[in-house]
Amino acid sequence: MAIVTTSLKRVAAAGVLAAFMSGGALAQTLRVVQHGNLTILDPIWTTAYVTRNHGYLIYDTLFAADGNYEIKPQMVDKWSVSQDKLTWSFTLRDGLEWHDGQPVTSEDCVASLKRWAARDAMGLKLWDFVKELKTVDAKTFEIVLKEPYGLVLDSLGKPSSNVPFMMPKRVAETSPMEQIKSQIGSGPFIYKTDESKPGEKHVYVKNPKYKPRAEPASGLAGGKVVKLDRVELVEMPDTQVQANALIAGEIDIVEAPPHDLLPMLKADKNIVLSDWNPLGHQFIIRFNHVVKPFDNPKIRLAALYAINQEDYLKATVGDAAYYKVCAAVFICGTPFATDKGGDILLKSNFEKSKELLKEAGYDGTPVVVMQSTTLPILTNTAPVTKSLLERGGFKVDMQSMDWQTLVSRRTKKDPADKGGWNILHTYSVSADVLNPISTSYLVAVGDKSWFGWPTDPEMEKLRDAFAKETDPAKQKALAEKVQLRTLETAQYGWIGQWYGPGAHRSNVKGWLKAPVPVFWNIEKAGN
Amino acid sequence: MLAFIARRLVATIPVLLFVAVFVFMLLRLTPGDPAAIIAGDNATADQVDAIRAKLGLDEPLLNQFMIWSGKVLSGDFGESFFFKKTVAELISQRIEPTLMLSLCTIVLAVSIAVPLGVWAAARQGGWVDRSVMGFSVMGFSVPTFVIGYLLIYVFAILLGLLPVQGYKRLSEGLDEFIVRMILPSITLSTVFIALVSRITRASVIETLGEDYIRTARAKGLPNRVVLLRHALRNAAVPIITVIGIGIAALIGGAIITESVYNIPGIGRLTVDAVLARDFPVIQIVIMLFSFVYVLINLVIDLAYSLLDPRIRY
Repeated sequence: MAIVTTSLKRVAAAGVLAAFMSGGALAQTLRVVQHGNLTILDPIWTTAYVTRNHGYLIYDTLFAADGNYEIKPQMVDKWSVSQDKLTWSFTLRDGLEWHDGQPVTSEDCVASLKRWAARDAMGLKLWDFVKELKTVDAKTFEIVLKEPYGLVLDSLGKPSSNVPFMMPKRVAETSPMEQIKSQIGSGPFIYKTDESKPGEKHVYVKNPKYKPRAEPASGLAGGKVVKLDRVELVEMPDTQVQANALIAGEIDIVEAPPHDLLPMLKADKNIVLSDWNPLGHQFIIRFNHVVKPFDNPKIRLAALYAINQEDYLKATVGDAAYYKVCAAVFICGTPFATDKGGDILLKSNFEKSKELLKEAGYDGTPVVVMQSTTLPILTNTAPVTKSLLERGGFKVDMQSMDWQTLVSRRTKKDPADKGGWNILHTYSVSADVLNPISTSYLVAVGDKSWFGWPTDPEMEKLRDAFAKETDPAKQKALAEKVQLRTLETAQYGWIGQWYGPGAHRSNVKGWLKAPVPVFWNIEKAGN
Repeated sequence: MLAFIARRLVATIPVLLFVAVFVFMLLRLTPGDPAAIIAGDNATADQVDAIRAKLGLDEPLLNQFMIWSGKVLSGDFGESFFFKKTVAELISQRIEPTLMLSLCTIVLAVSIAVPLGVWAAARQGGWVDRSVMGFSVMGFSVPTFVIGYLLIYVFAILLGLLPVQGYKRLSEGLDEFIVRMILPSITLSTVFIALVSRITRASVIETLGEDYIRTARAKGLPNRVVLLRHALRNAAVPIITVIGIGIAALIGGAIITESVYNIPGIGRLTVDAVLARDFPVIQIVIMLFSFVYVLINLVIDLAYSLLDPRIRY
């Protein structure tokens, strides 16, 4: 038996040696399952997180947020701002190339920024202040402002949807209302259109010409060093299949296993749970301001008094290790977080809710709460809302539907009893809700606001003031005022922070902590 | 015979027309707006309207139907709203897994179910008969996905003998293909085996009571010859009927099995398209299923005449 074992080991060693001598013919492939199917490949056209993740594989950005959420240059080599804070000049690093071998130029960047700004809330705000965007030479461009704007770099380094990815000019000149047809980027991976099959898998190979920065990788910034040959984003909608496949070693990473499967995965000695997104996510409860009864701010406020974060978090996440109650709209633990006024969301006050309803003359009109039944993390939010609002004196009509029906119905401004709605729930990755400008839920310009369409000139004044302010201490004070205003008008509610660790095989190492799952820096022992 | 085939093929036209109209109207009357889904979270109402207009979804229903059906008749099945590929391309990419899964299931099911049914009939009242009937009841009582998860747990996770999920095309290697087909085929064939074995047993028992069977036995023919050449052949018509119905039911089962085993076939494409309100894909896939169903029925009817010379068209 010992002789057989020794012979087998020699054969195996010879095989490894042969593979090594042949130039390592076995490609190292990282097989990843994301939380949803990747269908749209244009990260400017859609805010879908799976598309954003695709973007980080094949594109690069001018600036990026590091592990401490500080904005650092990425494609930019050096940058400067004029004394009057109106002219921002950016020079690209040497040697940046598109996947088709063409050099990245300032013209590409200008076109990419224009396309991004046409779709993104933060970009739209930046563009309100932009007087001119111009190229100086092949590697340098300037943003000339009408007046000082405090979030230029935060905008260019925005970490989450829509991310200002740089694309070739000919691609970036595609109308922002249409999807791009090319997947050429300058990022650390190249998309393999010929090997990718939508609905089955998307394939990315290492970009041999990518020049990572010299600094170590940190968050989304620093050197994006790719240590694998291939990444495959495998489509696998069923979460149980995902868990089984991970345990069996058929895939390497599951981005976001549901919380009820985490104990099973944790128990397997070959699986590691990874808190790759330490900031987590935030649940939102959103009111429809244009139809009764939530066109009345007092009634909205009554609803906020009736709810409490803990009930939502227990019903959805369950395990307290994976959630946090947080009074701040701008995510606890981040620069603009404050508790001021937010305690009304931490403990239900049904008496206060009833009192406000009486003052407001609430006539018992049923409040239509849309329940999404096909997004597991959101499914239990609506029943909690129903229960709490009823205890607070509301009449509630909860209507269940799949997510796509909800997405369609939320666009309607009809009365709730005629196909419209009063309340919806959603969630954001925390990186999207870090300040008054990046948080799209705070936009209060009526029709151009996010669904619910709040109108509040005072809110917009505060947001503008924040955008113009360059002193961090004053920005913080303004952020606090924004939070207080949000609660005063009950524009919407934030109903808890939650965390969803990823799971990976123990032979996978180097998954960076960032607000987005990224696949550079990852190493894998074996194939 | 040729005239019969031609008549049946012509008869598929009104069937497909009915299916086309029904599916078309049902999709547009069901809640959900593909334009809103396509436009994404940050879109304004104007942008959603613009997309709706671009897709032609703001036209009167009759116009939409005429435009779409005109294109289909000229061979243009349209483009998926989401995948940015033609529907024809999507289907051609996804049809192989479903066909292979169906074929493997049918072969497995028929080759197990018919002998089981015959054996049970030959041993009527004995332990073999009772076991086959017991299995049969279990087979069509337990949902397909439960069988799938149980098989995965035992053979893939506990014993580590087979993969948990996935599909490899034949072109990627026969061994990889077979290994990934075993559990899905067993899963999908379970209800099929249950049904066919039961019908086979009942049909053979009925045939075994016929005079010509008594005559065959009286002539001294071996029991095996009596069963297989005389009884089974004469019992075949209802068995073939059930196999035909089962093949059509496979379509529904394939949708579930493809989800459980992560097989990128037409079934999963249908689920994804329905959830995303991808109208062009849903319409063509349903029509494809209908056409396949009609074709299967035709083949079954033709098979009758092969098995029973008294049946002529």
